[in-house]
Amino acid sequence: MPTVNMNVNGEAVSGEVESRTLLVQFLRENLRLTGTHVGCDTSQCGACVVHVDGVSAKSCTMLAVQCEGADVTTIEGLADGDTLHPMQEAFRDNHGLQCGFCTPGMIMSALDLAGRNSAPSEQEVRDWLEGNICRCTGYHNIVKSIMAGARAMAAGQGG
Amino acid sequence: MPKDGIGASVKRKEDYRFVTGQGAYTDDIDRPGQTHAVFVRSPHAHARIASVDTGAAAAMPGVVKILTGADYAADGLGGLPCGWQVTGKDGPMVEPPHPPLAADRVRHVGDQVAVVIANSAAEARDAAEAVAVAYEPLPAAASIEAAMADGAPQVHDEAPGNLCYDWEIGDKADVDGAFAGAHHVTRIELVNNRLVPNAMEPRAAVAEYDRATREYTLYTTSQNPHVIRLLMGAFVLQLPEHRLRVVAPDVGGGFGSKIFHYAEEAILTWAAGKVSRPIKWTAERAESFVTDAHGRDHVTVAELALDADGKFLGLKVDTKANMGAYLSTFAPCVPTYLYATLLAGQYTTPKIWCGVQAVFTHTVPVDAYRGAGRPEATFVVERIVETAAHEMGIDPAELRRRNFVPSDAFPYQTPVALVYDSGDYEGTLAAALADADYNGFAARRAEAEARGKLRGIGLSAYIEACGIAPSAVVGSLGARAGLYECGEVRVHPTGSVTFFTGTHSHGQGHETTFAQIIAERLGVDIDAVEVVHGDTSKIPFGMGTYGSRSLAVGGSALSRALDKVETKAKRIAAHLMEASEADIEFADGQFTVAGTDKSVGFGDVALTAYVPHNYPIEELEPGLDETAYYDPANFTFPAGCHVCEVEVDPDTGAVEIVNFAASDDFGNVINPMIVEGQVHGGIVQGVGQALLEGCVYDEDGQLATGSYMDYTMPRADDVPSFAVSTRTTPCPHNPLGVKGCGEAGAIAAPAAVMNAVHHALGSRGVARIDMPATPARVWQALNA
Repeated sequence: MPTVNMNVNGEAVSGEVESRTLLVQFLRENLRLTGTHVGCDTSQCGACVVHVDGVSAKSCTMLAVQCEGADVTTIEGLADGDTLHPMQEAFRDNHGLQCGFCTPGMIMSALDLAGRNSAPSEQEVRDWLEGNICRCTGYHNIVKSIMAGARAMAAGQGG
Repeated sequence: MPKDGIGASVKRKEDYRFVTGQGAYTDDIDRPGQTHAVFVRSPHAHARIASVDTGAAAAMPGVVKILTGADYAADGLGGLPCGWQVTGKDGPMVEPPHPPLAADRVRHVGDQVAVVIANSAAEARDAAEAVAVAYEPLPAAASIEAAMADGAPQVHDEAPGNLCYDWEIGDKADVDGAFAGAHHVTRIELVNNRLVPNAMEPRAAVAEYDRATREYTLYTTSQNPHVIRLLMGAFVLQLPEHRLRVVAPDVGGGFGSKIFHYAEEAILTWAAGKVSRPIKWTAERAESFVTDAHGRDHVTVAELALDADGKFLGLKVDTKANMGAYLSTFAPCVPTYLYATLLAGQYTTPKIWCGVQAVFTHTVPVDAYRGAGRPEATFVVERIVETAAHEMGIDPAELRRRNFVPSDAFPYQTPVALVYDSGDYEGTLAAALADADYNGFAARRAEAEARGKLRGIGLSAYIEACGIAPSAVVGSLGARAGLYECGEVRVHPTGSVTFFTGTHSHGQGHETTFAQIIAERLGVDIDAVEVVHGDTSKIPFGMGTYGSRSLAVGGSALSRALDKVETKAKRIAAHLMEASEADIEFADGQFTVAGTDKSVGFGDVALTAYVPHNYPIEELEPGLDETAYYDPANFTFPAGCHVCEVEVDPDTGAVEIVNFAASDDFGNVINPMIVEGQVHGGIVQGVGQALLEGCVYDEDGQLATGSYMDYTMPRADDVPSFAVSTRTTPCPHNPLGVKGCGEAGAIAAPAAVMNAVHHALGSRGVARIDMPATPARVWQALNA
């Protein structure tokens, strides 16, 4: 079996994987980083979004071996100890989650948007979330959360 | 009031773990020595199983065990039970067997035939493909119409004509009499489209058997672990409950679909005993589509009789309901007792008749999905009322006002069995109309017309019966169990509190809401309260979460348990202060002797309860841990009005929701932030039903909408933000005065959206369009 090496949440990791092993399986099963979720088999729902080299990516749609040498950030890599990242804090403050299952993917996707656009409009947020499905919130509070989180990051509160 | 008490929008206690990726869902659980299961499922809607050959598969790498329907039958175990018996005109419903693994016949695509257990999920998947099942395909009946046709393929030999039951409520001749004197009769035909609930977490289970203790443990994605334990233990696997633990950990959404006892839970538990290793199964989404119980699926004809002033004289409703291939746990009650009993809506309609024929088809079983019967009822009532208003030239809001149950008429006995307890329908209508700027609509429509767009506005004045359920009432209606709820308040020696509830939170925020009630009542800090749910080994009993019952029934059990805690704590405080128990007052966490400055804090009382030096043990037991069961006296009746405004592009058929306002009466509100979130989510599921979602089977019974590529889930850019508000008439019969809020959006929204769509298209002569009103359907209707 091939060995894959990558940086996950700032730590060098390596593991033996089958060629067919998906990045999400490597994260969840080999590294036990179970915050990244699988909600569908067709790359539609976005519960599995992580960052690969700073860009949001659906980890169910990449092979682990594709990430050789890459920097991967998952939801577990955002908080600083007990201090939440401003985007995590914004989701909590604005009730941007209910069951929590889509939340890690939503937050990882939102961070990519906030990096590109520090003050997204409601419509820009809604358009950006094309690849993330939530069944609980009706998106109303997710949109509010992301707008607030992006503002907080721009204001330099640790983002 | 403490800052985190009742009525405060407290930030959720559970969110830290979810936003940091520390939630612990079933698929996140790995047990030592764990194996993985993959199910072999029927690709046919209907077929005879000629043979199942597992030889080649069993020889594949990593395979631990393969079990078939024949193995299950050989063990003499039970089928999946149905929890509700409906008695129709001709006697009890037909209740065919539901084997967890099919042995001789498969009845829907996805029906499970065998399970492969292997060391890894990939090995199990590979081996499952090598299980050779010889099917002899048979003709299928994949829709209500096909199943009711002469000579239709039979789903079960026990059910001639595929009829499960033919049930009615009301006196048809009496209602016909009301129609005879009518000034106007409005008639509509409608389809309540079949939906797939689609909680974002696919169902999953981990089962294990401990040979030393002979105890089984099942971790499962359930809304009601005690119900699963009871059904699986007593009826399916015949395992004693004291050696069967069911845990529903963090669950990623349910919406009803995780109420039911599913075959995979029983099969995994049974198989874990055979292999003596833990077994995990996690559904792929494609598997969820063909195994999670679906929702809705009605075909209905309704007639409303009105007098010259628009007063409703009578309502007749004839509904065919799809049960799917087997009776799921609560399926029979959904199109009867949760549907026809709501057909009075918010109105004084004096005479109502409803007939329901439930039919088996070669499709996935249909059961309760968010709202369960009440969205279907609301859709019938609010579509026909709005249609009648337009036909008679009466403003739809005004027609509703003329027929509302007045706010001084409660308790109000409807002609369809229910007694409404409270409400203010004029109030929620007025608030929603104001928030929607109803009076400004004509100007907005003219402005849209100038841009070539069609505008419509639609109302939905819904009511629901929630807080399931008053046990005697539902028992008389065929429920095979009473629906009590249990709560245990355990005050620890240092004054912190653990609350054990039989309800289950899978997004609703119970860990916060229940903690707020405890903080309010006991004066403790909310961070000193922990809410525990979802584990039969920790919680005495519980019926779980569905039917917007958690707060109305589970919260009431909590309130009763807190009463007991307070009573006992006062006795301990009286002892500590050498005062009469009758003189002790309790407020803000302090026990005070009335009229004096003598007081003692809640923490001191708690400590005394457990580790006293000088305690009147002959008169008062130590400890401060109280359990209460609550059985509601009646259903609760959340109600309100939702108003939707749409703009249709006649060139493309696209429908855009340009405004949506909701005013809801949920009784007293514990956490407004959470309540608003529940309404938002419900509305979008309703919008999904109205505009986007529809489960499509082809005539052979193949599911054409079996993934997120084909089944249109609402996405962020399909919906706007919403204007939601609440108005309160407290529930008069439960201690918190609460009614429940979880289903309202999904109940109200479809009719509001479709009334708006019909209003927009009515100016172009379109009389009927069914859900989902996709661009293709709208364009075709405009260009017919």
